[in-house]
Amino acid sequence: MRSMSAEAKVVFQRPHALLPVVTNYCPGCPHGIVHRLVAECIDELGVEGDTVGIAPVGCAVTSPDFFGCDMIEAAHGRAPAVATAVKRVHPDNVVFAYQGDGDLASIGMAETIHAATRGENITVIFINNAIYGMTGGQMAPTSLPNQVTQTSPYGRDVATAGYPIRVCELLSSLDGVAYLERVTVDCPKNVRKAKKSIMKAFRNQVDGVGYSLVEVVSTCPTNWGLTPQDSFDWMRENMLPYYPLGVYKDVVADGFANAAEAAAARNADCPVAHPATEGGLR
Amino acid sequence: MAEKVLMKGNEVMAESAIRAGCRFFFGYPITPQTELAAYMSKRMPKVGGTYLQAESEIAAINMVYGASCAGARVMTSSSSPGISLKGEGISYMAGCDLPGVIVNVQRGGPGLGGIQPSQSDYWQATRATGHGDFHVMVYAPSTVQEMADYAFLAFDKADEYRIPVMLLADGMLGQMMEPVVLPEPKGELPEKPWATSGHKNKRAHNIMDSLYLTAEELEDLNVARFERYQSILRDEQRAELFMTDDADIVLAAYGASARIARSAVVAAREKGIKAGLVRPITLWPFPTDAFEQVMSHAKLFLTVEMSMGQMVDDVRLASAGRVPVEFFGRTGGIIPTPVEVLARIEELSGKVGA
Repeated sequence: MRSMSAEAKVVFQRPHALLPVVTNYCPGCPHGIVHRLVAECIDELGVEGDTVGIAPVGCAVTSPDFFGCDMIEAAHGRAPAVATAVKRVHPDNVVFAYQGDGDLASIGMAETIHAATRGENITVIFINNAIYGMTGGQMAPTSLPNQVTQTSPYGRDVATAGYPIRVCELLSSLDGVAYLERVTVDCPKNVRKAKKSIMKAFRNQVDGVGYSLVEVVSTCPTNWGLTPQDSFDWMRENMLPYYPLGVYKDVVADGFANAAEAAAARNADCPVAHPATEGGLR
Repeated sequence: MAEKVLMKGNEVMAESAIRAGCRFFFGYPITPQTELAAYMSKRMPKVGGTYLQAESEIAAINMVYGASCAGARVMTSSSSPGISLKGEGISYMAGCDLPGVIVNVQRGGPGLGGIQPSQSDYWQATRATGHGDFHVMVYAPSTVQEMADYAFLAFDKADEYRIPVMLLADGMLGQMMEPVVLPEPKGELPEKPWATSGHKNKRAHNIMDSLYLTAEELEDLNVARFERYQSILRDEQRAELFMTDDADIVLAAYGASARIARSAVVAAREKGIKAGLVRPITLWPFPTDAFEQVMSHAKLFLTVEMSMGQMVDDVRLASAGRVPVEFFGRTGGIIPTPVEVLARIEELSGKVGA
């Protein structure tokens, strides 16, 4: 038997950027997992002292109390605008927005799209659990067709309530975007993949690659009325076919240094966009 | 002695802000504040600042919120309908005790209204810029020189009291050109240890938040904030008294309408009517002290506004029934003429026997 005292080493501990406090998330809520992944990335990049996080309105509204970096609570949906300004004031800060589906894709869609198209060099963590959790389970912009919620009691009728928004697909058309990936955290393998993706989204910012968003397909056991494991089953069965996991844009993988280079290649035939070339802006 | 230059009101507010150390401007196009944003877009890149045309007024004010959280001197400008959209962000700024300067170059309302000058956002500026218990400081310049002076001062007061400050102008002042002496550029700016700009591993994390789920905690904060407002009410009132020493009929007017009221007072004096003018420069805090100075001898107040009558409420509150308060206003974008104000003075003069 090996001696514990000589060889014991810490293999798992709370990330420094995640404060030793009790969160107010429901049992089985994936927010805790994603918070941890974000905090691990901040630790591993060694940037806690330079990081400013922007919290949403929604279940993560109290996350300023959980992250150890400086934190700002934004008005509902406005985190991208707030993040934009913080990054413009302090370009050397690492700025991330952490938002849910109602915040990011409904009330804050204008801010989301415009921060993306401006190519703000920020990191956005988007939790998509297809429901408004904080207010008690109303229909979200990402609620699935026929999904029963408090405000779609007969199921989301797409004839009257329209269709869910696929955020990664929507943003992938914008020139300002550097990196988009959709992940989930339903099992250890996927948690590890999500970590890699979140790390890339932070590293892109540090390296000046540009606007990066990671969508985490998530659950809401409380408002879905399912156990945490049944929630993951429902998510795998229903959400993942609608919101396929994967990379939706990655300018680095496409061979560009950053979003600006990729955009320039895409609009290469537009003279006014390239004033140095013949026929361009004079 | 600094050089006198001829400039437009809107551009002067922008230049003065830059000289006050403002390096971040977020706005959205709207008439009649256009020249302010255009000036910022031209000047900011030259002084190492940021001009960002936001996707909406809502985004713009939330960028102001973010930049202020990060410790910067920051400004946005708009006109009446756009200020309504900024109400959300101004409330959040108040809830976080954040400084910032908001310019309203007023136009006619309600709704889309018109694009001509108006003063119909007085209630909004002094009563209900957004939801919740709070105030913003409001400066009402009446000349282009005052637009320079108060745009500059607004940043200092915003930082001193950690409060949003509004410059309440109108389409007439914004579009008008007058000679102006611009303030000398500011050197050192105040430290902001409360800012969320990264703790650098040297302090506990700062949080900028207006959420308080415990009722008692929120009440305590609101009470403490209103206690701070008391010192603003005491120390920051500003007003000009014009020919009020012996005045029987005291006009009350601010901004553009004060210029007309002043002409009407001079004309009334030429006709032997003892008229005077109290011109509030701060609308919140309302300069009740200035009104107290004339209360013992005034026989009547006549409030002149480019609205259906909004500041007249505060004149009535200041008078508290001691001196009758009358109102004359034009609205919809119409600027009253000195002749019609004089006619009202003469009519009232007959009534009170002044």
